[in-house]
Formats: sequence, C-alpha cells, structure tokens
Amino acid sequence: MTVLGAALAAALVLLPLVFLVIQAQQSGWDATSRLLFRHNTAVLLWNTVRLVVVSTALCAVLGVGAAWCVQRTTLPARRVWAVLLVLPLGIPDFVIGFGWVSLEPSLQGYWAAVMIMTLSLYPLVYLPAVAGLAGVDPALEEVARSLGLGPWQVFWRVTLRQMLPAVLGGCLLVTLGLLAEYGAFEIVQYQTFTVAIFTEFKLGFDTAAACALSLVLVALGIAALAGELPLVRRGRWSRSGAGARRAVLRVKLGGWTIPVLLGLFALCSMALGVPVGSLVYWLIRGGSTTLPSASILTDAAHTAELSAGAAALATALAIPVTAAAMRHRNRLTVLIERLALLPQALPGLVVALGLVSFSVRYALPLYQSALELIVAYAILFLPLAVVGVRAALAHAPARLEEVGRSLGRRPASVWLRVTLPLIAPGLGVAFLLVFISSSTELTATLLLRPTGVDTLATQFWVYTSDFAYGAAAPYAGLMVLISAIPAYLLSRRMASIARRGQA
Amino acid sequence: MSSDSDLWVLDLWKGYAAADPVLRGVNLSVPAGTQVAVLGLSGCGKTTLLRAIAGFERAQRGRIALGTRTLDDGQTYVTPERRGIGYVPQEGALFPNLNVQANIAFGLSRAQRRTKIVQELLELVGIVPLARRFPHQLSGGEQQRVALARALARKPEVLLLDEPFSSLDASLRVTVREEVSALLRRQGATTMLVTHDQEEALSLADTVAVLRDGVIVQQGTPAELYGRPVDAQLASFLGEANLLEATFEENAAQTVLGRLELHPDHTRAPGLKQGVVIVRPEQLLVRSSSADGDRRESAAGAGLAGTVEQCRYYGHDALLHIRSQQQPEALPLIARVHGEQALAAGTAVLVTAHGPVSTVE
Repeated sequence: MTVLGAALAAALVLLPLVFLVIQAQQSGWDATSRLLFRHNTAVLLWNTVRLVVVSTALCAVLGVGAAWCVQRTTLPARRVWAVLLVLPLGIPDFVIGFGWVSLEPSLQGYWAAVMIMTLSLYPLVYLPAVAGLAGVDPALEEVARSLGLGPWQVFWRVTLRQMLPAVLGGCLLVTLGLLAEYGAFEIVQYQTFTVAIFTEFKLGFDTAAACALSLVLVALGIAALAGELPLVRRGRWSRSGAGARRAVLRVKLGGWTIPVLLGLFALCSMALGVPVGSLVYWLIRGGSTTLPSASILTDAAHTAELSAGAAALATALAIPVTAAAMRHRNRLTVLIERLALLPQALPGLVVALGLVSFSVRYALPLYQSALELIVAYAILFLPLAVVGVRAALAHAPARLEEVGRSLGRRPASVWLRVTLPLIAPGLGVAFLLVFISSSTELTATLLLRPTGVDTLATQFWVYTSDFAYGAAAPYAGLMVLISAIPAYLLSRRMASIARRGQA
Repeated sequence: MSSDSDLWVLDLWKGYAAADPVLRGVNLSVPAGTQVAVLGLSGCGKTTLLRAIAGFERAQRGRIALGTRTLDDGQTYVTPERRGIGYVPQEGALFPNLNVQANIAFGLSRAQRRTKIVQELLELVGIVPLARRFPHQLSGGEQQRVALARALARKPEVLLLDEPFSSLDASLRVTVREEVSALLRRQGATTMLVTHDQEEALSLADTVAVLRDGVIVQQGTPAELYGRPVDAQLASFLGEANLLEATFEENAAQTVLGRLELHPDHTRAPGLKQGVVIVRPEQLLVRSSSADGDRRESAAGAGLAGTVEQCRYYGHDALLHIRSQQQPEALPLIARVHGEQALAAGTAVLVTAHGPVSTVE
C-alpha cells in the first residue's frame, strides 16, 4: 500500500518531465536544434549564467557575513538583527521587484536584476550559515589559535571550512531560485531562459519551442545540482566526540561597530524597508485610484481554495513517500524519495508546461481546470511536504507501532491511535508550508489558471503590468502577510540560536 | 630554581558576573619539565584557569607569565597564537575535514611540512599506520594521540591538557593516560593537566594543585596531599577517610583506636589540645575476633572492638564499614582490606591503626 502510494507520487513528479520531452520532439529534431543553437539562445544562456554566478556569489558573501556578525561578534542588538535579516524571505521576489521599480522606474536590466534577486534570496544562505556557524565546535577554533593562527586565518582555514556544506546548500537553493524566477525579471525587463520560455509560450503560442527551451533550463538546474551537491555532501564533518559544548568567544568589533551597523542597516532597508515602505506608500496613494477595484475578497478566496487543495494533496502524497523510505528502506523507496525532492530543481514554468502538454494531448477536460493547477502546485511543493512529513515521522518510531501490534491492535487501528496523533503536528507544518508557497506562486498560475479565475498573485500581476501600482498594492500586502508567517517562525528560531550562542 | 620556561600564575582573578568571580586569586607554578595536575570538581574554575593560561580568556587581575615573559597582566595581553602554549582540549577536537597527517601538520609552516616533523610525531605517538585516516575513523584513544601530536608539533614550551582522558572508556582510560604521561615525561615536556579525577591526578602528576571555589587550596606532591591534606573536605575528596576526634600529646594523638603517632614534619598550632586526625582506610588493620583475649586487648587501648556492618567487595580489595561496640552511635570506621580478607556482615572484629597520621582542621 505504502509503496504503491509512493510510486504514484513519483509518477506524478515524472509526468510533466516526460511530456516536456515528448512535446519538444513534436516539431522534429531539425527545428528543435535550429531553435537551440541560434544566436538568441546563446544570449539567453549568457544572460542566465552571468546572473546566476554573480547573484549567487553576492548572496554567499552577504549571507555568510551577516551570519558571522550576528553569531560571532559583539554587535549590538544581535537578536533584533537575527530576526530582521530573515524577514525578506517572507516577501515574494516579484513583490520586492515591484517595490523598487514602482518607486524608481529607471531600474532596469542586468544590475537591477542582480540587486533585486540578491536582496530577496540572500536569506537562503544566511539561514544555513547561522545554523552552520552554531554547529562549528569552538574547540576547533581555539586549537587553531593555540597552533599559531591569527583570527582571520582561523576564519578561513577552520570556521569557513566547517560551515561550507551548509553555505553551499544555501547557494544551491539560490541558484535554483534564480533559474526559476520569472516575475521579478519581467519587472526589471531582464531576459533569462525562464522569461524567454514564458514569452515564447504565452505570446508566440509555440509550445514545442517553449518545451525545447525548458529542457535547457532543466539541464541548467541539473548541472547546478550535480556541481554543488557533491560538495555539499562531501566528507562527514561530524564532531569527533559528544562532550559539553561551551559558548563561543565573540569577536570585539570595537571601531568596526559603526561601519558594521551601517552595513546591516543598509542591507535591511534595501531588502525590507524599501519594499514594505513602497507597499505602504501605494496603499495610501491607491485609495484615490480611479480603477475599478476587482474584488480582492473573491481572489483571496480562490487563492485559499486552490492552495488548500494543493497542500492537502502534497501532504497526502508525501506520507507514503516518506513512510516507504523510512519503514521499507530499499533502493526503490530511496529512489522514489529522491524523485519526490526533484521538483526543488524544477521551475514552476517547466512543471506547468509539462502539464499543459499532457492535458492538451490526453486529457483535454483537465486543461486549465482547477484540478490541474492544484496538481501543479502539489508537484512543485512536494519537496516541502516531504521534508515536513519526514520530520514528523521521526517522532513516531516504528517500535511504538510494534508495541501497539503486540498489545493486540490491528495495523490500521495502531496507525490511527498511535502514529497519526504523533505526526499530526508535523503534518500541519507540511500543510502550512505548501499552502503558503502556493498562495504566492505566480509563474505556473499564470499559465494554468482556469479562465476567469484570478488569484492574489495573478491579479497583482495584471495591475502591475498596467502600472496600476495603487491597485496592485493591497494584493501584494495580503501576500506578504500570508508568507510572513513562516518567515516569522523561522526568524524566532534564529533568535533563539543567537541567544544560545551568547557568551 | 627558576627556569626560563617555568609557568607562573600569580593572584589571578577572572569572572563572568562581577559579583561572583570564578577565579579568586589563583597562585600556581608549573616548573619547567614537570607535570602538574590541577584537580577540582566541575564548576570550580579549573577550565577557566586553563583557558586564561592558553589565552582564550583575559585575566581581570593578576599575572600569567612564562619565565620572564608576561603573557597577561590585565594590560599586556599576548594572543593565543603567540604564546607558544600547546592545547589539547577535551575529546581532542580534531579537524573533521582533515586526515591525521594534515591535522598534525596544521600549525606548521610550508617549509616545516616538508621536513620529517610529522613523520616523527606519528612515530612518537605510535600511529604511523593511521596517517591517512580521518578523525571519524579513529577510536577515542587514537584521536587523543593525534590531538597530542598536533599540539607537540610546534614544540610548545608548555602543554595544557583539558580533561583529556575523561571521554575514553574506563578500560581504555588507564592505559592511554599512562602511555601519554610516559611519553610526555620522555619528551621532558612541561605539562599542566586539568582533571576532576583524583586517581588520575595522583597517579600521573609530579605535583597536584587542588582548586576549590576559585582558589588553590593546596599544591604539593601526590603523597603530601593524600597523607597531609589541609582540611577534612580535601581529605575526603582525595579518597575515603576516617576523621577521628583526638587529644594531642607531644608527638602523638590519643583516639578511639588508641595512641597514634603524628606525622613528623606536621605543623600544628602550638598549644592545641583537641582536634581531628585523618586515618586512611588502608592504615587500618582488621582481624576477626571471637576470643576474649582480643576484647581485653581492646580494653587495654591497643585497638577497637567492633562489628562489620557492610562489606563492599571490589575484587582486588574490599571496603569494610565497622561499627564500634563502645560507641555504636559514632560514624562507622572505613577499612580497606585485601580481597580475600572480605568479611561477612555481622563478623566481630578488632581494628588497629598503623603509620603516622596528620591533623586536619
């Protein structure tokens, strides 16, 4: 049963990829190769790669630097900074882009794209960097000092080395996020692969070409995975013992206090202050707009329905996937679990295109139905659900089920009375994560939404494209409120890590 | 007899909360070439003391010096990397991403790495076949040896060891620490070892300094400490002890066990008539008695008649708790006897003491 359910989830993940390939072949190899090897493709590739490399590097520097300042220095108000630095994660990338461009329309092109994506994605490095720093045994640093290394050498040769897997993991997420992003690049009018594919499909109505280009995008994602994952996993950086850890020694900033404070202040104002301030500005100004106000409540209700459906489906799929991998561990179930995590590397656009290709051919009634959009969300955010459910299942060891069985209960009864109550809170977290991510999803929604149905993200997008910033602002505000919940919860955990490290 | 690399700690104060300093004026000397153990319960400040000497913490008051070189006196502060003091932390703290060879070479310059230093150290601590292993592939004892070799690589003037054996299995602990101690002795290394294990301190060190509540209460050879502890608390901390009320005479003390000789170079306040002496369990001789003769001996002041109340058997020896017949309300005496001499509870015995005893406060 469990394995069957898991296999179904894996099949669902593979479905869009398979149809992407089938659709791309549609126009024949000649046409496809002409498309792939034309000059424009090379330009797109160059645009995408230089954006990914520079933004990822900037995110790494900002994320590690900020984490070090918060965790390892005598910076004033560390707990406040620990919270503020995470919060940009709670603002959808295209809303940060909107915040900047609506105030300063001349922000266009490469450097605007680099800036906006760096500001919205650096927390993906900051978070693991904080956790990584907290995991570095201070004794290692002390030993290095006693072996004749100065503070900076210790940072380079010991601290950074130890936190490298965590940082690289964060960089990988940044890279994948950059490859998948559409909205923010459209706002600053910067052409990457994703933007070009979207245009090709929406305006050119050329599904085959869009699918062929998507395959390049998937290849880029897999290249990023293949390039970084081995580094993330390399070596077992385990501590060699399990004794009491002592608090770290914080570096006295001294004369550097003011410059560091100014730097962090600038970062937080750019990533958080400008977008939020801009939203507030347009909310106030928007009151006098002459545009007919579409019903924000109807759109919010649509968003909630679709997201709840997706969250329920993704969580339901994640349970057999993780249960199979944890309880019936073999090559097949492990492979299924890996497959379920694969959508992490798939842009929403790619999943949407695959589903479009499938439904147009074999299931026309599904095309642009609510169910198809829900399935797309569920595939896209299945990795979030799997991670959440895995943590939940860890709280319900198989031994407890065995005890239940030995007390004369049937498996189903044991599951209901023992396992489910134990994993219920974790399932709730998984549900919430998928719900929140779905409710701010833009790219796949633009492609798959049923005719006449608008979500918060798509209606925001319509208004933004018409430069009706005042009308767009309430939608952005609502999305920020929704996605601020997990960011807030995360930042509270960060604050507690920062407190734990206090010496 | 002062040398250039004696380590001195003079009136060292250090605290995290102003009202409650951890170190309250520590005085300690580690003469060059000797092994000193700092012994104390957890929370007594011994790790803070070690970290201040290594340079990871700064002194608030007082002075730490190596020979004539001041390391820390509240104003001057030499950073850890310039002190020339080696440090072996608890559990070794090997760099998990480096193999054994690279761990040992970590503090060496490029030029030094090309020499035979690393090879010699591998040979010295006996782990040549492990050179290319990673820390997680080593046992606890092997990790300790690597950590030691890594600290010795830079030829430190003083080596600090922070509870280096406490994380090892009981079976391994004794062998590893004896090997390490012998090795350091052969090297003529000046070492300071911090531990909470009195057996470890007494068996390894040339001198033991006992740290309690932020001050060194006594520093001396293991025999001095065990035989002549400054107070009752220290006496009990260093091992089982019988504390007996005594009336002092010229060079002796009159106790329930009869007249006991006082330690010759024992100083006690002149004119003190009443006090307490300490008698170690192994100073007591126990034999079973049923004959009337023994009771008469006891009455004559040559011993104490009692009953075995409890016997704890350890194999090589046994500890007996003996209740006095005359004073059943007093604390039982504790005697250490050979394993084969373990007596069942209820056995009537006669207890006598031998060897000099000393007074405690």
